[in-house]
Amino acid sequence: MKKSFDVLIVGIGGQGTILASNVLGDACVIEGRHVRGAETHGMSQRGGSVETHIRIDGKFGSLIAPGTADLLIAFDVLEAVRYRHFLKPDGVMVVNREIVVPTSVFSGKQQVPTIDNVEAELKAGTAKVILVDATGIAAKAGNPLAANIVLLGAASHKLPLAVESLSEAVRRNVPPKTIQINEKAFDLGKEAV
Amino acid sequence: MADETPKKYLLGNDAIAHACLEAGVDFVSGYPGTPSSEVVDRLRAGKDPWYYVEWSVNEKVAFENALAASWCGLRSIVTMKHVGLNVAADPLMTSAYTGTKGGFVVLSADDPFAHSSQNEQDSRMYAKFAQIPCLDPSSAQEAHDFTKTAFELSEKFSLPVLLRPTTRICHSKGDVTLGTPTPSTRKGEFVKNPKQYVVIPANTRPLHAILTKKQPEVAKYLVEAGLNSAEIRGKKAVIAGGISISYVEEIIPDDVSFIKISAYPIDRNWLLGILAQHTEVLVVEELMPVIEEAALQAASSTIVHGKLDGYLPHEGEYSPALIAGAFEKVGFAKNTFPASPEMTQVAVRPPILCAGCLHRSVFYAIKKVFKDGVFPSDIGCYTLGLQLGAVDTTICMGASITVGSGIAHSCPGTDVVSTIGDSTFLHTGVNGLINAVYNNTNQVVIILDNRITAMTGHQPNPNTGLTATGEESPKISLEELARACGVSYVESVDPYDLTYLLATLREAKEKPGVKVIIAKQPCVIMNKRLGIKRNRYVVDAEACTKCGACLKYGCPAIETDETGAAKITALCTGCGVCADICPAGAIHRGGARQ
Repeated sequence: MKKSFDVLIVGIGGQGTILASNVLGDACVIEGRHVRGAETHGMSQRGGSVETHIRIDGKFGSLIAPGTADLLIAFDVLEAVRYRHFLKPDGVMVVNREIVVPTSVFSGKQQVPTIDNVEAELKAGTAKVILVDATGIAAKAGNPLAANIVLLGAASHKLPLAVESLSEAVRRNVPPKTIQINEKAFDLGKEAV
Repeated sequence: MADETPKKYLLGNDAIAHACLEAGVDFVSGYPGTPSSEVVDRLRAGKDPWYYVEWSVNEKVAFENALAASWCGLRSIVTMKHVGLNVAADPLMTSAYTGTKGGFVVLSADDPFAHSSQNEQDSRMYAKFAQIPCLDPSSAQEAHDFTKTAFELSEKFSLPVLLRPTTRICHSKGDVTLGTPTPSTRKGEFVKNPKQYVVIPANTRPLHAILTKKQPEVAKYLVEAGLNSAEIRGKKAVIAGGISISYVEEIIPDDVSFIKISAYPIDRNWLLGILAQHTEVLVVEELMPVIEEAALQAASSTIVHGKLDGYLPHEGEYSPALIAGAFEKVGFAKNTFPASPEMTQVAVRPPILCAGCLHRSVFYAIKKVFKDGVFPSDIGCYTLGLQLGAVDTTICMGASITVGSGIAHSCPGTDVVSTIGDSTFLHTGVNGLINAVYNNTNQVVIILDNRITAMTGHQPNPNTGLTATGEESPKISLEELARACGVSYVESVDPYDLTYLLATLREAKEKPGVKVIIAKQPCVIMNKRLGIKRNRYVVDAEACTKCGACLKYGCPAIETDETGAAKITALCTGCGVCADICPAGAIHRGGARQ
């Protein structure tokens, strides 16, 4: 029997998926709960699609089986589509309403996907889709790079972790100079949903 | 909040590095390779370390350094990935004969599914081949604990001990309980003993006998120490090793026995005793059937299932769902995981050379000048030149120039252009260059010099002029090194200067023999970290003819807008090569940087 709450964070190398997963991991440690995580390193960091697994209350392996994740946090709508098969049918996804069109589309002369048509495809599934303008909100908080923390704030309603543990974990994981911006990003993300 | 046993959310590799500190390690060496690199990266980041730490030029060099430290009575660890162990295999085999003094741990990280590797080989086979103990952790916590055990085991039996984490251990995180670092006060001393350290045949023969004699003692001890254990719960059993233990733990029914193999060699008598109590066993291990073969050898009437009878795959990574499928096939338990949901096909996003990466312009120029050429390449970021059609072969570190030589000798008249990175050139590429010159081959060798070992996370190398701990050291001159190898045509170029780059390649094409071109520009990620900024480039939409020449260049900073005209995004690092490519002259340097 699965007892863990399984979260998949997906994005593009460089968007801060690993930092976001560290926040969740540290929040678990703060609460004295078991946690396991698996992350993408190496070659796939360079502009490639990345996925990070976090199993809250997980005691065993770090991999989430397809069709069983409770929550999907996506930094890009296209990545949400790519990994949505990991979600259980009634799962929830928190998605940044942004699209970075893969270079392969331009060099391969494929049809360029737009946010609107990808969004429509996402909503056609059975999962609950929560779209957030994370990049815009992060810019308001002081730095568009804090979109990852905005998404965590937005996802905080769905996570089995106390908000205080999450915000403490945010403080522990971001560069010291950016703590204020990230705290604000987390709060604005939380309020946006 | 006082906590007796502080827990940290740690990466498997960080947990290993911390365990080295707890074990009072004295000597650390390695060559970077995903998924192993973070171990040395963490240890070199330590402030005022009591231990010596280096990035070596290759794994054989790293291994021999650390082995010698062990001979001096110090605790040493050498790190690499599975394919790196091939490079260090020569000293590995003999180090088991000479034995060790201070604890000597050989970390070789395996990569099932080849997430970032050229093959899926199993380092446990090397441990068996060399007749040394191997520890195979199943979690970040065990990676930590086994590292300390490995030092102790090495000292107990005077043998190198192989620590074999896999990608899902190295790059998994967990709440890990740590101990306290204990700085070492050991002083190294080499006590001469030619009978042990000089492996002339007369010495080697008795050393081999000693090594053989150690084997059953080691196997017995690993059971006594609880590293290999059995919970007997029924007539059927699962035997699992490494990370698969975690996966099996999650799904195993209460009435099926659970045998955990975390260390090798496996005690034959112990295994035989366990098998005799079961009618049917399923062996679950990633990559090679090491446990399964041992079980088959020990079994008399017990039926052994696993890879060899097709219940589990030889290739790739295992997962709880995959193992649950095998449980169901064998009849141990029903698979409760949902059938794999259908994946949606969306545009692929493969790893790609960064915007402004120097390698892209070199590959572009190669394709322009050597239209019918053959392009052997090597291991590094630049292997991604495959997507640009300028990488025809890749085997292993250092194999571009050597493969280039083989092709040049075999197909006279063919233009051969080999590409290799600076770190890889120093790793084992230079031997190939010496050989190519000595044996009169015709080829162009382009050293892609970005002044760092980029792909594995920006480790310094002798070309960087800094040691692992950031101290300045003499910077090797690739030009002088190439000349010393006997190359008469050696040119350095700025790969952002496309006109000059093309002219140099054309010149090299006309000359006989081995030509070396060094394309120098620092890695763009390093530039970003150092705060170096160049003005971005912009497209004059009116002048753009939508010909697509810039899009074909494959830079992630170049897109099209709604009208189909080219557009340069915020990813632009200002290399300016696209401006040289644009036939309409529509791309130019933008205004001041934001």
